[in-house]
Amino acid sequence: MNVPTNLKYTASHEWIRSESDGTLTIGITDHAQEALGDLVFIELPAIGRKVKAGEACAVVESVKAASDIYAPVSGEIIAVDEQVVASPEMINADAYGHWLYKLKPVNAADVASLLDAAAYTAAVGEE
Amino acid sequence: MPHRRDARRNLSGKRTDGAKLTNSFALFCRLGNVLLKQTPLNTVHRAAGAKMVDFGGWDMPVSYGSQIEEHLAVRRDAGMFDVSHMLAVDVEPRNAPEDANENLNAVAGEGARGFLRYALANNVDKLTVAGKALYSCLLKPDGGVLDDLIVYFLSENRFRIVVNASTADKDVAWLRSLIDERGAKLTLTPRRDLAMIAVQGPRARERVWAVLQHRNAEAKAATEPLKPFMAAEVGEYFIARTGYTGEDGFEVMLPSAHVIEFWQALAAVGVRPCGLGARDTLRLEAGMNLYGQDMDETVNPVESGLAWTVDLASARDFVGKAALLAQTPTRQLTGLLLEDKGGVLRAHQKVMTRAGEGEVTSGTFSPTLGASIALARLPAGVAAGERVQVEVRGKALGAHIVKPPFVRHGKSLLTSIKEKPL
Repeated sequence: MNVPTNLKYTASHEWIRSESDGTLTIGITDHAQEALGDLVFIELPAIGRKVKAGEACAVVESVKAASDIYAPVSGEIIAVDEQVVASPEMINADAYGHWLYKLKPVNAADVASLLDAAAYTAAVGEE
Repeated sequence: MPHRRDARRNLSGKRTDGAKLTNSFALFCRLGNVLLKQTPLNTVHRAAGAKMVDFGGWDMPVSYGSQIEEHLAVRRDAGMFDVSHMLAVDVEPRNAPEDANENLNAVAGEGARGFLRYALANNVDKLTVAGKALYSCLLKPDGGVLDDLIVYFLSENRFRIVVNASTADKDVAWLRSLIDERGAKLTLTPRRDLAMIAVQGPRARERVWAVLQHRNAEAKAATEPLKPFMAAEVGEYFIARTGYTGEDGFEVMLPSAHVIEFWQALAAVGVRPCGLGARDTLRLEAGMNLYGQDMDETVNPVESGLAWTVDLASARDFVGKAALLAQTPTRQLTGLLLEDKGGVLRAHQKVMTRAGEGEVTSGTFSPTLGASIALARLPAGVAAGERVQVEVRGKALGAHIVKPPFVRHGKSLLTSIKEKPL
């Protein structure tokens, strides 16, 4: 299973990258894309929307099923990746090379509470 | 029927709307404590790294990699499906010892044809040439659909029916009770000794022949002239020019002990293994119903787009006929094409029409059309070409009613189906 150690994770299969300017970049894990199968539709939140930790704020649909994407921490949506909306299959090809949205967290410290690679790998094993 | 909102799941496949999970293709399927049945090809699927799911109690491959690539392989070249979970049942005269002493002038009992003429909603008298196949519903006396099946006429003494996996036990029990009730001197033989592979696509037949020529030249010769919906039985092979994809191809039955070798020989000549995921998108593009999803015991064939398989005009009596004649259909099963962007059509989504509400029974993203399509049960009063609204994740999206099929022989029918009357 491909789980880069430089990222943080949620048990609901989002990956989170902390940028140098304090913002967060969020995508879905390789395990998630593998389980979903071919992605065919992505809906992203409006820029400027304020979300709470655990709030559903995006949707990915594969041939098989629709899945909600959750905000890992509370914050404001500051950017979305229009490329993946146009070509959702790019996430199947490289789940860590493409992101869904960027978030400016309310509390920078919240990121520390997210799963590291080892904890995420363990969480997947228990599913 | 209460309408449920369409399924919402998190990425683990867990439903987040509190509704009951009904999708057979649930993510992260676990064997748990349920002992799933396996086809003779199970080890081959697992060795190929297939993603496996519980499909009606069977451990089956949903895909071997990309479902869309498998789908397109069938549309453009050739793919194969393990359909050994389906059950062939032979219907033959009973040769029990006690029959030998019976007076031949007493009720001789009906033969296989006479029995099937009564048991099936379609008329087996359409089967006049040995090898010919017929699609039919198996109905309850109230007209509800117990199953859909293919019946093959092999000889007056032998018909073979092929039924769905999850309904097989129920079907056999029902047919046996019907045989007893009618005093028919018939025996039903479930053929779990046979495995079944569907080879589908524009190049499917030539690939099957390439394999057959080295192992059974007679079977190759016998299947070369086969017309659609005809079958030939040669040695251990039963080969029918039938399928569930809207493409040309063969469905091959052979002894389970030889199926792994046959599957690997097909793979070696370029036939791509395909899972149930691609099978579902292919059959939906082809406008074919999936039993248990688009129809079940609570609906009749007329309300399931299958009026063409039910012969109500002739004098022939059959199970369910009286009930069908007494009912006026209030619903119809038809196709939908999503026009608006904003998601994918899925089973159980609510459809708003000018004649009232309906429900999506099967929905998906069509790889051939690059658009979302569905089968939906709608009020009887609406027609092809009309615009409806479908509730997709809380939003009302515009769709058009279209007459299935959506795709045949690799080609989109969308330009023509929008104008055709239902």
